[in-house]
Parts: sequence; C-alpha cells; structure tokens
Amino acid sequence: MEGVFTQTLVSGILIGFVYALIAVGLTMIFGMMDIVNFAHGEYLMVAMYFAYWFFVLFGMDPLYSLPWVTVLLFLLGVITYYIFIRPIINAPMLSQIFVTFGILILLRGVAQYLWNADYRMIPQTLTSGNVSIFGIYVGVSQLVAAAGAVICNGLIFWFLKSTRMGMAMEAVAEDKEAARLMGINSDRMFALAWGIGIATVGVAGGLLSSFYYVFPEVGSNFCLVAFVVVALGGFGSVPGAFIAGIIVGLVEVLSGYLVAPSLKFMFVLLLYLGVVFIRPQGFMGRK
Amino acid sequence: MKKGLLVFILFVCVLAVAPLFLRDPFLCHILIMIMMYATMSIGWNVIGGYAGQVSFGNAAFFGVGAYTTAILLVNFNVNPWLGMLAGCVLSVCLAVVVGYPCFRLRGHYFAIATIAVGEIMGVIFTNWDYGGAAVGIYIPILEESFTNFEFHSSKIPYYYIILCMLLVAIAVSYVIEESRLGYYLRAVKDDPDGARSLGIDIQKYKMIAFSISAVLTSICGTFYGQYVLYIDPSSTMDLMMSIHLCIIALIGGIGKLFGPVVGAFVFIPLMELTRVYLGSEGQGIDMIIYSLLVIMIAIWRPQGLWALFSRGGK
Repeated sequence: MEGVFTQTLVSGILIGFVYALIAVGLTMIFGMMDIVNFAHGEYLMVAMYFAYWFFVLFGMDPLYSLPWVTVLLFLLGVITYYIFIRPIINAPMLSQIFVTFGILILLRGVAQYLWNADYRMIPQTLTSGNVSIFGIYVGVSQLVAAAGAVICNGLIFWFLKSTRMGMAMEAVAEDKEAARLMGINSDRMFALAWGIGIATVGVAGGLLSSFYYVFPEVGSNFCLVAFVVVALGGFGSVPGAFIAGIIVGLVEVLSGYLVAPSLKFMFVLLLYLGVVFIRPQGFMGRK
Repeated sequence: MKKGLLVFILFVCVLAVAPLFLRDPFLCHILIMIMMYATMSIGWNVIGGYAGQVSFGNAAFFGVGAYTTAILLVNFNVNPWLGMLAGCVLSVCLAVVVGYPCFRLRGHYFAIATIAVGEIMGVIFTNWDYGGAAVGIYIPILEESFTNFEFHSSKIPYYYIILCMLLVAIAVSYVIEESRLGYYLRAVKDDPDGARSLGIDIQKYKMIAFSISAVLTSICGTFYGQYVLYIDPSSTMDLMMSIHLCIIALIGGIGKLFGPVVGAFVFIPLMELTRVYLGSEGQGIDMIIYSLLVIMIAIWRPQGLWALFSRGGK
C-alpha cells in the first residue's frame, strides 16, 4: 500500500515537470506582451503529430526527431506571431482572446481534416518499458520526458537570465518603452518570445508523444492544466511555473489516488479558482 | 431608428411565415438551431458585450436548464414548463454563486475562471450517477401537446416556441440597452474605476447582468432537451459550446442588439451545411472556415458584421 502511494507521488512529480515545460512558453508570452495564448495546447497537439509522423514516415524515434520537432515548432511560433499576433498587439483584450481562440479552432480543424479524429500512438519506442529505482517502478518514457523537461526549463531560465538576448527580452517585458530607448527592437523580441514559447511546448509534445495518445483534441486538457500552472506560479514567472508544475502534478495524481481518477481534473481546476481568489498574483508573479 | 424598426418588423414577419413555405424539415431544423443559438448568444452578449465580462462558461447554464427539466420530468413527473422555471431559478443561483467571487477578477483571470467553472460542471455531471452520468438522460415520450412541451409529428411547434424565446431575448436586450442598467453596464465595461467613483455598485450590476444571461441561456437548455429528447454532458456542457456563443456574438457584433442574431444566421448555416455537404471527408473544414472568419473579424472588424448594415455602427 505504501509502495503504491510513493509510486503515485513519483509519477505526479514526473508529469509535473512536463506540465511546467508546457506552461513556461505560456507564461513567457504572457509576461512579455500580456496576451494569453489560448491555443497553447493546440501547438502541443501539433508537436505530437509531428513526432508521430516522423516515426511513421521515416521510422524516427521521438527522441531522435525531437530537435526537428522543436525547430519546426519554433518556426510555427514565429510565423504565428507575424501573421496573427502582430496586428493585435495593441488591440483590446477581447480581440486578442478571440484571435488566439481562432488559432485554437484553426489548428484543431486542420488536424481533424488532415489526420481525422482517430487516436494514434507510437507503438514501440526506444524508451518503452519500465525501470525500478529503489523499488519504485517508473516508465522509462516518463522518466526521460521529466528529465528532458527539467533540462529544457533550466535552459530557458539560463537564457533569460544570462544571455544578452534573454536579458533584452526581460527588459521588453519589464518596460517596452524604456527598452526601445535602449535600442532594443521589441518587435523582434516578441517574435522570439513566440518562437521560444512555442518551441518549448514543442519539446513537451515530442517527449509526451512516446507515451501518450495523439488526437486533435489532446491539447485541451493540457492547455487548461497549463493555465492552472501559470496562475499558480504567477503570470510571467518562469521559476514560479516550474514549482507550480510539480504542485499541479501532485494534486492531480493525489486526488486521483485518494478520491477518484475521473474527478482529478476537477481538483486541478479548483486549485486554479482557489489561487486566483486568494492570491491572484500567484507565488512569484508580478502584481 | 424608424427605418430600423420597420426592418425588424419585416424580419419577424418573414420568420413567422417561413414555416408555411418551408416543407423541408432539415431547413426547419437549421432555422430552429439558428434561433436557439441567437437567443443564447444574446444572453452571452448581456454579460460579455454590455458589461464586458468575457464568460467562457455560459454552457453551464444551458446544461443546468436542460438537466433540471429532464431530471424533474423523469423522476418526479414535473411538467417541462415548470421544469424550465426551476432551471431558471437554479441557473440564477449558479450565476450568483459563481459570479460573487469571479467578478472581483479582471481580464484574463476572469475569462479563465469561467472556463474552469464550466469544465468543473462538466466533470461533475459526467460523474453524477443520479443525473445519468456520461450516458445521459432520455426524456420520456409524452403525448404531443403544448402543455407537455413535446411534438412528434412536426418540428413547426418547436419553431414557434423558439421564435417566441428569441423575441423575448431581443426585447430583454432592448430594454437593457435603453434603460439605466444598460448605461451602468457600459460604464462598468469602459471605465470600472470611474463607475465606482460615481457610486455605481459594480458588483451588483455585473451580477444582475450575469443572472439575466443565465436565464436566457437556461431556457434554451430546457428547449433543447425537449426538442432532441436526449441530453448528455458532452452535448450540453461542452466548452466548445460556450466558445460558439461568444463567436456568434463576435461575428455579428459584440455589444450590439442584433449582433448575435446576425452572427447566428452566418455561423449556424456554415456549421450545419458544411457538415451535411462535405460529410466525414470534410471533417474539420467547417472549423477551418469559421476560425479564419473569427480571426479576420477580430483583427480587422472587431465591431462585427452588424456594422456593415448599420453603416458605421450605432
């Protein structure tokens, strides 16, 4: 009994890392330009399909196709910015919401048209199977996904804090006008934020595809979970999202374990409501 | 305005006599769906358009209306019309319970909170055995009559019932626009701090608007249950449905009296016709078309298509 409990905790933490990675892109884009990307989960879905087709068409394992998927998603993010987001940067919130919702429906529609509504899964990957660590059985895929998510989160944090470009992005997030006076091209920084934000969700999608079904609606739950993570960690905070991801992962598996698996999603959403009612700025968010 | 009134009367007359000429049940069905969605979208417009509080959880009220009526009818043999009333009461209760904490949130926080509430309702109803859980509820077949709110030989009675509901919704919306409430709501939307400093109780007026929105959506839930005679969580509490209500208002014109009606006349036929004519091959095509429409409108014409008719808008 105790073994099952620890196992549950471990799986919660592992999936929490992936949630954090999905949320990082969302929180970065929000922090920089005050736009919530409601289509975030759909980019995850696209990344998972890319990984799937790399496997089916070229026999590439998701682990090997990961760099390609990431690059493709980076480009998709930049393209999205220039076509859809740039025209509405200064538009009212309502227009921004509807544009990202429009992208959500567009990507879902394209996925449904091209690949129909079937559930697909990569049958056998390099990371199939389980390992036992101190008596706890963990799926190798989950372990690799969690490790990949931690590495990617770390890279993003390092990029923002230690590189000139990352600092320039932070500066734009802090004060667009002042950054412009310092000679930072905010337009290019926004494009970069979309590129990186979508690329990170691409990494998450590539990693998830080795143990998760792919279908056109797969993004919707992940997207809602990402909102919860972002709110909990504080809109715009990358380290906050990391901690919040783990908490959300734990809440999900624990409520599934202690109450009922079919209700676990409800507890995650209740967590969101609890956070925004009590501490709207999250753990580490800017007010 | 005189001209506008004339056009409106003409529009109502056309809708009123349309069933006499339409022998095709499918067209009749499309018109019913258009009017149902127009009614609900007007409901959304009250809170989302006039008061500027973007709700993505309005399908919850639709579900509450449908489920209350169905459960009362199946288990307690309560007449659907009374069930509709009970549904309205419960929807208003839900609106108050949800609205009280949520209306303190602003912008994205509010929008996402309404998504969360809507999804929580969906999870609850999917797991609630007494309410049919994921299987749903079949509404018992009763003798065909207006009192029983069931008609089996023809769709036309349903058509007139939903037309009446639509007219009620338009009337309610018109009264709000012209009354004090409308001015307060617009003040809440455009400048909440200014409105508060003038002594307007923002919370109260948001709450009133949300309750009206809930009632207009709830009656459609009852109607839908009696019309299709089967309800389940995925057809009554889906997030996509909530999104459609906003999209319809956006296409027609958010915050405009006839915006949702115009939006419904564009959106519903697009959805239903692509589904029928493209079949399973065209899966997703309807979504591609209307998502592009939504994006284009949001970028270039945020005042909606209604502005095309009224030349520059009101």
